[in-house]
Amino acid sequence: MTHRTEIRFLLNDQTVTLDRVGASDTLLDFLRLERRLTGTKEGCAEGDCGACTVLVGRLQDGAVRYEPVNACIRFLASLDGCHVVSVEYLSGPEGRLHPVQQAMVEHHGSQCGFCTPGFVMSLYALWMENPDPSETEIETALQGNLCRCTGYEPIIRAAKAATALGTPAEDALTRERDSVLRKLEALRDGRRVVISRGDSRCILPASVDDLAEVLVENPKATMVAGATDVGLWVTKFLRDISPVVLLSHLDGLRNLTVGAESIEIGAGVNYTDSRGALTADYPQLGAFWDRIAGWQIRNMGTIGGNVANGSPIGDTPPVLIALGATITLRRGSERRRLPIEDFFIDYGKQDLAEGEFLEAISVPRPTAGAIHAAYKISKRRDEDISSVCAAFNVNVTDGRITEARIAFGGMAATPKRAANAEAALVGAAWSEAALIAAADRLEDDFTPLTDWRASSEYRMQVSKNLFRRFWLESQDSDAARLSA
Amino acid sequence: MSTDKTVTAPVDTELRSDPPVTDRLMRADQDRSGIKGAVHTDLHHDSAIKHVTGRAEYCDDIAEPAGTLHAYLGLSTRAHARIRDLDLEAVRSAPGVVGVLTAKDIPGVNDVSPTGLNDEPVLADGKVEFWGQPIFAVIAETRDAARRAAKRASVSYEDLPHVLEPDAAREADMPYVTPPLTLKRGEAVSAMENAAHRIKGRMRVGGQDHLYLEGHIAFAIPGEDEDVIVHSSTQHPSEAQHMVAHVLGVPSNAVTVNVRRMGGGFGGKETQMNLFCAVAAVAAKKWNRAVKIRPDRDDDMSATGKRHDFVIDYEVGFDDTGRIQAVTGEFAARCGFSADLSGPVTDRALFHADNAYYYPDVLLNSHPMKTNTVSNTAFRGFGGPQGVIAAERIMEEIAYHRGVDSLEIRKRNFYGEDGRDVTPYHQTVEDNIAPRIVSELEQSADYQARRQAVLDWNAKGGIVRKGIALTPVKFGISFTATWYNQAGALLHIYSDGSIHLNHGGTEMGQGLNTKVAQVVADELQVDIDKIKITKTTTEKVPNTSATAASSGSDLNGMAARDAAIQIKDRLTAFAAERWQTEAAKVRFVANAVQIGDETVPFADFIREAYMARVQLSAAGFYKTPKIHWDRATGKGRPFYYFAYGAACSEVSVDTLTGEYRVERTDILHDVGRSLNPVIDKGQVEGAFIQGMGWLTTEELWWDDKGQLRTHAPSTYKIPLASDRPRVFNVALADWSENREQTIKRSKAVGEPPFMLGISVFEALSHAVASVADYSVCPRLDAPATPERVLMAIERLKG
Repeated sequence: MTHRTEIRFLLNDQTVTLDRVGASDTLLDFLRLERRLTGTKEGCAEGDCGACTVLVGRLQDGAVRYEPVNACIRFLASLDGCHVVSVEYLSGPEGRLHPVQQAMVEHHGSQCGFCTPGFVMSLYALWMENPDPSETEIETALQGNLCRCTGYEPIIRAAKAATALGTPAEDALTRERDSVLRKLEALRDGRRVVISRGDSRCILPASVDDLAEVLVENPKATMVAGATDVGLWVTKFLRDISPVVLLSHLDGLRNLTVGAESIEIGAGVNYTDSRGALTADYPQLGAFWDRIAGWQIRNMGTIGGNVANGSPIGDTPPVLIALGATITLRRGSERRRLPIEDFFIDYGKQDLAEGEFLEAISVPRPTAGAIHAAYKISKRRDEDISSVCAAFNVNVTDGRITEARIAFGGMAATPKRAANAEAALVGAAWSEAALIAAADRLEDDFTPLTDWRASSEYRMQVSKNLFRRFWLESQDSDAARLSA
Repeated sequence: MSTDKTVTAPVDTELRSDPPVTDRLMRADQDRSGIKGAVHTDLHHDSAIKHVTGRAEYCDDIAEPAGTLHAYLGLSTRAHARIRDLDLEAVRSAPGVVGVLTAKDIPGVNDVSPTGLNDEPVLADGKVEFWGQPIFAVIAETRDAARRAAKRASVSYEDLPHVLEPDAAREADMPYVTPPLTLKRGEAVSAMENAAHRIKGRMRVGGQDHLYLEGHIAFAIPGEDEDVIVHSSTQHPSEAQHMVAHVLGVPSNAVTVNVRRMGGGFGGKETQMNLFCAVAAVAAKKWNRAVKIRPDRDDDMSATGKRHDFVIDYEVGFDDTGRIQAVTGEFAARCGFSADLSGPVTDRALFHADNAYYYPDVLLNSHPMKTNTVSNTAFRGFGGPQGVIAAERIMEEIAYHRGVDSLEIRKRNFYGEDGRDVTPYHQTVEDNIAPRIVSELEQSADYQARRQAVLDWNAKGGIVRKGIALTPVKFGISFTATWYNQAGALLHIYSDGSIHLNHGGTEMGQGLNTKVAQVVADELQVDIDKIKITKTTTEKVPNTSATAASSGSDLNGMAARDAAIQIKDRLTAFAAERWQTEAAKVRFVANAVQIGDETVPFADFIREAYMARVQLSAAGFYKTPKIHWDRATGKGRPFYYFAYGAACSEVSVDTLTGEYRVERTDILHDVGRSLNPVIDKGQVEGAFIQGMGWLTTEELWWDDKGQLRTHAPSTYKIPLASDRPRVFNVALADWSENREQTIKRSKAVGEPPFMLGISVFEALSHAVASVADYSVCPRLDAPATPERVLMAIERLKG
């Protein structure tokens, strides 16, 4: 089968076919500059402010699923086979406002109005999914939207009021769902897409097997899943990432299965989709997961990307290390498995050969006697990058600690286990004294940096204190916890 | 990207109809008994529907003429250096580049200093004085091409020593960027010596980035002769006009600056837009093509000024009851490399170093320090918040020293009668309602019982500690540059009865246009939807002041009212003559004019007036009365009146990590007789959250080379929805009425509530103090990030 050389997607009520798209072309620029759909705004060009929020509908398990995403760092070519919905599509043909828009007007949810279309899109996505949300659910849905004028209070009121103004069953996107589904299915032809603009080239493999081939053919290519980091290489550092191999459309990387021994997570599973399976086994990860970025980024970013990226401040690696996860790396048809901590060699250096890719992550299911915790420390509670991330996994048998896996992010050049602290715990009685003694060993494990997120002193002090929090919470879950 | 092979096919549009909105929301019929949109009523922002549908047009949304070019700035990567060589060949030869601009390409004067000090080049000439200073501009066919080209510059620097911090600048004998101010009343030094108790301390207060969601942008379109039209997102179109003229070397009448709306300003677009307007205009004239300039967020934050950081050294003398006897304060500010607005900003810090408190003997000095950082500028409160927080720190110091609740100390020190009513700048406080506001809030927030509950909770000694604080604010209203307190408006009534309103203020989200339209609707008694609110343009109202200092409604509302009254007077005279009656029998009633027993619909009446050749257009004007200020002696009445408010906040703090939660905030704020209570309440809520952000998570962090490393929302953290207080009660003091004759007896609202955020900071301090049983003042510096909170806790634990 020959490669397809154009991409096709739905934009609001139109089918768009493009035959020249470069690796760095973003959805936001396409909307604003090519289509003059200027309701979608650029506030930061790094996926942090949400002014560019649009919905992207994609096929998943035979249905169309709409998610809010940041158009500023969404690569245009990755939209092949998707339905893009911008704010211009919300009001009806006669111009009547959507319930979410009406609620925003009635509750004075806009002042300068620049962030407003982004808020409207996030609230629209929330309303479709959960028309009668709690205040916490609203706040969680709005973690990726910044407003500098209102102080958010009227926006929250609007979010609560929208449900009284209309229900999703009557919404155009609901009524059109079957028609959109058929159209998206028709856009799928199972072919590899190779599209370029000048020298800048994008490859959308037809399948995971095809991906393996593409990477062997193009070992220097830039792999992009959610683009939540690579997007910034383009928008902030103007880096040339061509040729780019896009992964977000690959169903074969989005498998999520819960087996008897382990949870198998495809590398392309995003934060949102992985939450359910992980928190079913590890409920304490729920609050932690909701503090990873904002909703848009959780819909874009993948667990595989978070690992493969190798950042010392990624949120999931410390957790996965503590839980004893293993990863599967694949090159061509060859696969190898290794404990995830072995993947991180040094700053910017991972155990990944040319042409090789991360295919899946395997997380063991919990064992009896295990005590877990995961903590994120950041300057701002939500949608912030960790100053320190800590994950604890301690096995206690007959009052003695038999095994300890404690991993930190933000404390070294890689996500890393606290080997000395762990050693101090193994064999000790499960007690506050043992944890406090182990905490002191962190000085031997880490020499953290001072930067704009935190000083070295704070990182060390708070890391030590988290041992105490771990103990206190194991005794009384509310002992050291702030309200949600 | 290319769309040259785009095929479009409609999705099943028959499935689309208007979204379901219940019928009760259909627009109600007009009420003939009164007008829609009168003053003192709730009315939504005039652009609300355009905001929510994405149809509100911002500068970057304006359709570009064919051939529009894009400019991008090349920024310094040194904090202080001589430029040995600027090699731009690779920039010029980059794809899509049309040309470059450097200092020598400026046709007029290479300066955009708003105070005329000639200390702020558009493009650096021979030396750079901060990391991020614009050195050149590249003009290209697309913004992307210009951005990429700008990175290809080769600049050779000879490094010079740099100083970043205000206290380091004082130690290094760096110059002042502008003359300092002294406020003095009584003999503070001897009074201090005689005081029963004395405390000396130092407080560091961080700056703040505006983080308007819409960044800087200017879009210049060349015209014939020397003309140029600049669309921009500026709070100060007149100054942008004058600066563009100055840089182009042409008279101001050649330059038109237009602003429909801003995506947020907060002071960040008062002077900082001048440079972008100037670059776009110079390029537009040079290449005779439209030129747009819009920096990336990171460059916006690196190259434009912010709120001033301060290092404040204070000393207070007080008696056994905690009543202040003397205060001295040295206020050193990080002004950056040039003066910009640092003079009035540091002045205003001193003007507010008393907050709501009477200092019997006082001596305050400002130190506007030159530093090798971006030139700091206006930001909501304009130095005032940094003064107020120093006053609140002093209250805390006394409270911990005396072992008395800080609220009690605050009350004992309020301005009062009998000689306790004169400020450090010798203005008498005539309208002091702080005690009433505080007392009412103390009741409505149930402060005493909740404080006891906080103390009881903390006495249990748990990990999570609580804190509570109730803090007042008194904020002076008027530009301290007295001549700025003037405004103009232009009002046309067309022969069909529709009204076109223009004034000198700019709309940045604060609802100014809505409020001013309400004033006009009220004066002429017409429904507000008959009034077209239009863009602000220097063509219609000249020599306007910045929309700043919370003055927008006060000044422009009065100017618009003046215009409406002029037309109304003409119409009344016309009616009296035409209907042969007395002027006293002509009344403007809802959407009509009543002349004796006859009621004529407004539009018909206007038609008659037009036919009778009545002038239906007027230019209104206003200047604030009573104010005067002599900076040399530090005496006068710089403020027409004061706005008041108070907030009570309760927090929980995790003493293991320093993380915290604002559990509840209660606010009672004074806006006089509100023109539009719901819009004013929105200002209060938003200002509080922004003030809270300044003092909690918003941290500006420079590395030792002088590069700002928190230069985008990924690293600079403004509050999110989830940072709001868990319980948030906001009320306006509905009994308040401005004792001065302001527009409909309202008060300014933009800035004063910003300082209500200080209640959160003080509450955090209270929680921290609990770990040492409230025996010492925690002396928390701002912003109180989780790190600063934890480190203070560790320090107090000893």
